Amino acid sequence: MTTETVTLTDYQRKTNTNRLGLWLFIASDLFMFGGLFISRFYLLGTGVRPELNQFLGLAITAILLVSSFFANRGETAMAYGDRKTFERSFLITIALGIVFLVGVVGVEWQTAPYGPGESVVWSLFYTMTGFHAFHVLTGVIFLFIVFRNARKGLYNEERHWPVEAAAVYWHFIDVVWIFFYPALYLIGLPPA
Amino acid sequence: MSEKKSSIFSIGLIRGLLGMLAGYAVGFGLVSVIRLLQGLPVWAYNPSGNQYGFSEPAWVVGAIFGIIGFILALGVVSDWLKLMDGQQTPEHPADAFPSGVRRYLSASYDHKVIGIQYGVTAILLLGVAGVFALIFRTELAQPELQIVSLQTYNTIMSLHGIVMIAGILLGVAAMSNYLVPLLIGANDMAFPRLNAFAYWINVPAAIVLLSSYFLGGFDTGWTGYPPLSQRAPLGMDMFFLGVIFVGFSSIFGALNVIATAIRQRAKGMGYFRMPIFVWSALATALIALTATQLIGLSFEMVMFERLFGMGFFAPEKGGDPILFQHLFWFYSHPAVYVFVLTGLGVISEILPVFARKPLFGYRWVALSSFGIALVGFLVWAHHMFTSGMASYLRIPFMYSTLLVAVPTGVKFFSWVATIWEGKLSFETPMLFVLGAISIFLLGGLSGPPNATVATDLHLQDTYWIVGHFHATMFGGFVFPFFAAIYYWFPKVTGRMYNEALGKLHFYLMLPAFYVQSLGQMQVGLLGMRRRIADYDPALGITLQQLLITIAAFVIFTSVVIAVVNFVYSAARGPAAARNPWRSRSPEFMLPSPLPVLNYAQPLVVVGEPYDYGTDYAFVNIDPDRKIAAAAEDQPAPEEQAPTAPASSAAAD
Repeated sequence: MTTETVTLTDYQRKTNTNRLGLWLFIASDLFMFGGLFISRFYLLGTGVRPELNQFLGLAITAILLVSSFFANRGETAMAYGDRKTFERSFLITIALGIVFLVGVVGVEWQTAPYGPGESVVWSLFYTMTGFHAFHVLTGVIFLFIVFRNARKGLYNEERHWPVEAAAVYWHFIDVVWIFFYPALYLIGLPPA
Repeated sequence: MSEKKSSIFSIGLIRGLLGMLAGYAVGFGLVSVIRLLQGLPVWAYNPSGNQYGFSEPAWVVGAIFGIIGFILALGVVSDWLKLMDGQQTPEHPADAFPSGVRRYLSASYDHKVIGIQYGVTAILLLGVAGVFALIFRTELAQPELQIVSLQTYNTIMSLHGIVMIAGILLGVAAMSNYLVPLLIGANDMAFPRLNAFAYWINVPAAIVLLSSYFLGGFDTGWTGYPPLSQRAPLGMDMFFLGVIFVGFSSIFGALNVIATAIRQRAKGMGYFRMPIFVWSALATALIALTATQLIGLSFEMVMFERLFGMGFFAPEKGGDPILFQHLFWFYSHPAVYVFVLTGLGVISEILPVFARKPLFGYRWVALSSFGIALVGFLVWAHHMFTSGMASYLRIPFMYSTLLVAVPTGVKFFSWVATIWEGKLSFETPMLFVLGAISIFLLGGLSGPPNATVATDLHLQDTYWIVGHFHATMFGGFVFPFFAAIYYWFPKVTGRMYNEALGKLHFYLMLPAFYVQSLGQMQVGLLGMRRRIADYDPALGITLQQLLITIAAFVIFTSVVIAVVNFVYSAARGPAAARNPWRSRSPEFMLPSPLPVLNYAQPLVVVGEPYDYGTDYAFVNIDPDRKIAAAAEDQPAPEEQAPTAPASSAAAD
């Protein structure tokens, strides 16, 4: 939340409040993802998982992890006033995020053998990936808004809280997937 | 000045309602077009077959779009949209109307206005839920069915529960919003725009929630357990959506309270010099911030079952209905502490003022709120002793539940020790505080029998539980809420309420409540099941049921008297003094009614908050606002930014 603040001290004070707010939001959201994660193990234990495209899963996971690297690179570049690197990094992050979305919703969902109503295994798969994909979508939009505002010259090395916020939010989405990926793709075997 | 924009559409609420209608239309249209393309039927009207015009997905999407439409048309997010577009906006946007009723019907970013908005909405919802209670209490006054059908009874009984809960959540938010910035010497909440958003999302959510009555209702009670909620009529979806969006409000409001209490404290106000209410608001907010996600998730999962045929809780698809209860109670038990902790904070806040003594064991009381909050996260399965969950879970949950009595006991001992040898005076706020303590004691003591597995197996789902729950809610929320309204009424309105009517309210409500709650416990022990419309006259509880019904009407009457008192006094009451209760709290150093800018000059904390009976002050403040007079013309944000101190380290 940018605001008309006069001095740099004010900006930093407000940014500290905003930072607290963002982390509180992330803590809150973690409980939602945590609830889904626990539901998955409550219902399926460690023996069962959906039958999925392993190569695709590994690929989109790698893509999301790499995108987080570029988000961090962009944020650091902005902190040093390197706009060109910032813009390039955030564009790559956005592109990778879109590739991830296409991979999950456009490919995995369409090629999955069953729909969400088939059994609880597939209900969990669609709900977990769906909630996560929704967050990726909001993250992409967030990154894009920040990118666009940065092009307008709204941020500099001292005042770039939205850049930091977008990057932190993106990392958060990434960390959630680090837990969801093994829960859906690796732990257990497909039902016979 | 306020007469310039006299168009009815300049009132935010009107715009919002129109936007809501438009949102519904868009949602209906969108889903219907998709269904047409898929070759599915679009329109079917047959209430007995659970068909209400548009299809179920259309109603759900329509309601979601309706809520979004309300928010967009109201304009409470327009600042965020501008920020997204890269425009600069003031941190604290000016209100559309500087004064009058329309100010409260439009988006405002002043925490005091938002507090009033929350409070009025809360009383409205509590009133609606109270009317529901009167209807089914009338039904229960005699055996057999007289005035409502079974389906209507179920819907009204369920709506009574959930609308009360929504009203209580709003009442809690009203107190936190109004009081936390004032008590810590801040000029506003940490995030004023988020604050306004969190309030306004409640209004369309409440409309959606109440619309369930007209869409077949729902017969699950407020808990919405599957598999019954999978099969319930369309109203079930509206119930889920309403609760989910009220939950958003709860989460964002809690986030704001935490950030405010941590970041906005005045100079010298270390954590252990905060007024005790702020501690309880902080503990409440921690629960609401985190646990609320789980009720949202559990309700979303049931909605996915209804809309997409998913099978989380359907055994035939490999699901497990017990999982719902775990997710649901992981929020809904801590939620009970959301309801009561704020009220207990009000008791601790007001009691020393009228006892003219320091609050006994301030640090223990402060930390006991956190104790209750943390233990509250570990007790949820005591609602499930009879559910069929793994039986080895019963004992640990029994012990963790009994552990709640320890921090709660700390509060009780503090209250008793504060009263001890105090110079008590019995104005209306104090009466309500004392009433709250006595009732919460009843609620607390009737708790351990439910926590103990052996007795709970008999008490589960009886009216005993209903009596216990109502005692905790009246003692933990209703009485403290009224105490807070009476206590801060002169600060809020600048006028004094009518003391005689206030006392009449109390002396009607307290005995009536005891008749109701003890009666509920008794009929429960005698075999009355909860949530049913009819009972066997052979149980021998007909007289008690009649007495409970009469008591319910007396309680409602007393609340009507209170509302009349508030409305009349706010308009015509005698002007209030600056500090009618001789309180040490910083807001009572300010003029009545409170100025728009709380603290024109930053206050400095120089002492302890509850040193009643000593000469030492709590805060240094310029009572005449000399500097304020010069700065009054300035809008709030410029004033706030340079003067508000940085994160204040603990000074004590």
